[in-house]
Amino acid sequence: MSWCEIKNLQSVPLDEIPQLEYSSLKTKIIEKISEGCRVVQFFGDKLKDCVALYIVLADDEQSKLFAASTLFSEGGSFESITPEVQSFHLFEREFYEQFGIKPVGHPWLKPARKGIAGISSEENQYEFFTMEGEEVHEVGVGPIHAGIIEPGHFRFSCHGEQIYHLEIELGFQHRGVEDLFLKNKNKPEFLLNLSESITGDTVIGHAGTFARAIESLGETDVSRKSIIIRTIASELERIGIHLGDLSALAGDVAYLTGNSSFGAMRTKIINSTMAICGSRFGHSLIAVGGVNYDINKELKENISQTLNKLEEDVELAAEVLFSSSSVLARFEKTGVVSFETAKEIGLVGPAARASGVALDVRTDHPYDGFTLFPVHKLTLKSGDVFARAYIRYVEIIQSIKIIRELLESPVEGELKKPSNDLLPKRFVVSMSEGWRGEIVHAGITDEEGQLKRYKIKDPSFNNWIAVALAVRNNGISDFPLCNKSFNLSYSGFDL
Amino acid sequence: MFDLLKLRIRHGKQAIPDIRKAKVMEAFRGFPIIDETRSWNGGVGCKEICPTGAIDVNPLRIDLGKCIFCGECEKFSDGAIKFSNQYRLGSSKRESLVIASSKIFEEFDNTAIEAKKEIHKLFGRSLKLRQVSAGGCNGCELELNAASNVNFDMGRFGIDFVASPRHADGVVITGPISSNMAPALKDAYNSISEPKIVIAVGACAISGGLFADSNQINRKFFDEVPVNLFIPGCPPHPFTFIHALLDFLGK
Ligand code: SF4
Repeated sequence: MSWCEIKNLQSVPLDEIPQLEYSSLKTKIIEKISEGCRVVQFFGDKLKDCVALYIVLADDEQSKLFAASTLFSEGGSFESITPEVQSFHLFEREFYEQFGIKPVGHPWLKPARKGIAGISSEENQYEFFTMEGEEVHEVGVGPIHAGIIEPGHFRFSCHGEQIYHLEIELGFQHRGVEDLFLKNKNKPEFLLNLSESITGDTVIGHAGTFARAIESLGETDVSRKSIIIRTIASELERIGIHLGDLSALAGDVAYLTGNSSFGAMRTKIINSTMAICGSRFGHSLIAVGGVNYDINKELKENISQTLNKLEEDVELAAEVLFSSSSVLARFEKTGVVSFETAKEIGLVGPAARASGVALDVRTDHPYDGFTLFPVHKLTLKSGDVFARAYIRYVEIIQSIKIIRELLESPVEGELKKPSNDLLPKRFVVSMSEGWRGEIVHAGITDEEGQLKRYKIKDPSFNNWIAVALAVRNNGISDFPLCNKSFNLSYSGFDL
Repeated sequence: MFDLLKLRIRHGKQAIPDIRKAKVMEAFRGFPIIDETRSWNGGVGCKEICPTGAIDVNPLRIDLGKCIFCGECEKFSDGAIKFSNQYRLGSSKRESLVIASSKIFEEFDNTAIEAKKEIHKLFGRSLKLRQVSAGGCNGCELELNAASNVNFDMGRFGIDFVASPRHADGVVITGPISSNMAPALKDAYNSISEPKIVIAVGACAISGGLFADSNQINRKFFDEVPVNLFIPGCPPHPFTFIHALLDFLGK
């Protein structure tokens, strides 16, 4: 047995994860990838005098996950997979940074997050790529950007107005989130709040993923009612952010009608979330074992009315936005990510779907309400700013329909079931489709049933490289638009 | 063209007419009402359950600078703690954010923010702010953006966010101050010309919040630079931010 075959949210005894020699594991990985699998987790765990590396691959068509591991002695090294499979590049860099095990032959061993301990100070002094030649110049932006937005450093190598290359340096937001998960392993309430703050724009996404991981590790039961409420909240989150993004994209091309009308619609949606749980972003709604707040009859009524009005409004506003020639002139053929590139770098979420890559955890590895109500995957082809904007519109309409269906389904049962202690020595992978794309958490417990490793992957981890590639050969003035069309997280990446 | 007109008409007027009188829905968790008479047992349990150490006992009190308004304590308090929907939570003094049963909302509201004459004179008609996220999770950032949107329209009071610290009268800080952002925050602050104000937004900025124990944050900035205005919340509601500023400016 070279792989342990599991499903999303299926916890297994840690001993069942096969431990292989690295060289044979690498061959097996490449074999699986060539069969159409992709990497969803790749992380280390410090053992007594060595480091374990866990790898999880996903077979999306068959809703299967494959896990395996290997051991390295401290200060060891391994043959990099990146030259053969590019989507491993950042996983390997992160692993190196956190555990000092070097991927030999990695083409670009830049620190994943600026100035974070783990690797030698020599390699910490990373030098950016530079370009030479007449009329070649560099533009440095950040860490602090112009608007109210999280920090990160962008360095453009330009020829005149044209971007040749963009290098992104992240890590400014690093707060030590993964360490805090272990430091506070005895405080379940704290951990739930912490998961909500991994990135504050994906509260339901990350908290839900965390809660399901913990439920699976403790075999805690949840009621049908609570999973329906969670799913409604997750779709409200998706609608809210997508509306905000459409508003911002319209704003970026100075189309103020779109900017204000989508913005006003967003307010109504996030206020619906507040009506459920008291927070516009869904704080405190999710609990391990269910939810903390109910959606009563009156709320149900209000939400459906809000959605009915929204559906009409959004269709009209989208019609106006996407038929305006001044908007299309800026959106179309800007920041293109081709299908091939998207596949190669392992793009996820709406950005991937806009490039024709049919990935959606809600369909591929269903969880919560999506096990009851299957979601149809939607894709577009052009991979430009237009497609990334339009897919948001399409997904808003889809999510409205999903919520409607969920609101109508009969909901009996308790809100929150008592949560069990975690089982000792277990391994679980919890995946979900946040509004930004695939969120993957992985948890491992020790002999006492305490969390011993908690690994988090925000979709931004996959997607930042796409921003760098998308802006190549575009005018530098289109950068804000390209960047917004991905709307990636800094805190979710930096952890 | 026809659709555009239709859209504009449907959009109508979105701005909240009188921000000063605006109410938020019941569900919102704002100023806590503490009833000491019922806390003989609940208080200790609450203290243990609080994720950010915001609760202390004897007498039972909540530090709004640490509280993330998760509402957990309410459930365990036997009626001793209840969150009202009063969103006016800003304060110009850190100590005022500690709420005990002796302090009712009206008293807090009347004393927490002192409107100084010179502040009114300097910034009363125009206040430009530079926002710096230093480890913020994007929650506070989204709500600060919302303060300027079509609904809240903070710009009507002459309060705006600007891109360059050189154009700003003050800095609005979110996040617990990650070590990697500490130097940039200092640079931004130093680039603002005197006189300048400092506003700490959200539990993380005020106290470190959930990240207070992390070894990846560096809060030395606050040892050196005094804060003029604290805005509690996780994240604070746009009303909380706007009201605190209006009070601070004496408007
Ligand atoms: S609501 Fe505030 S005081 Fe109460 S438990 Fe949550 S953080 Fe602590």
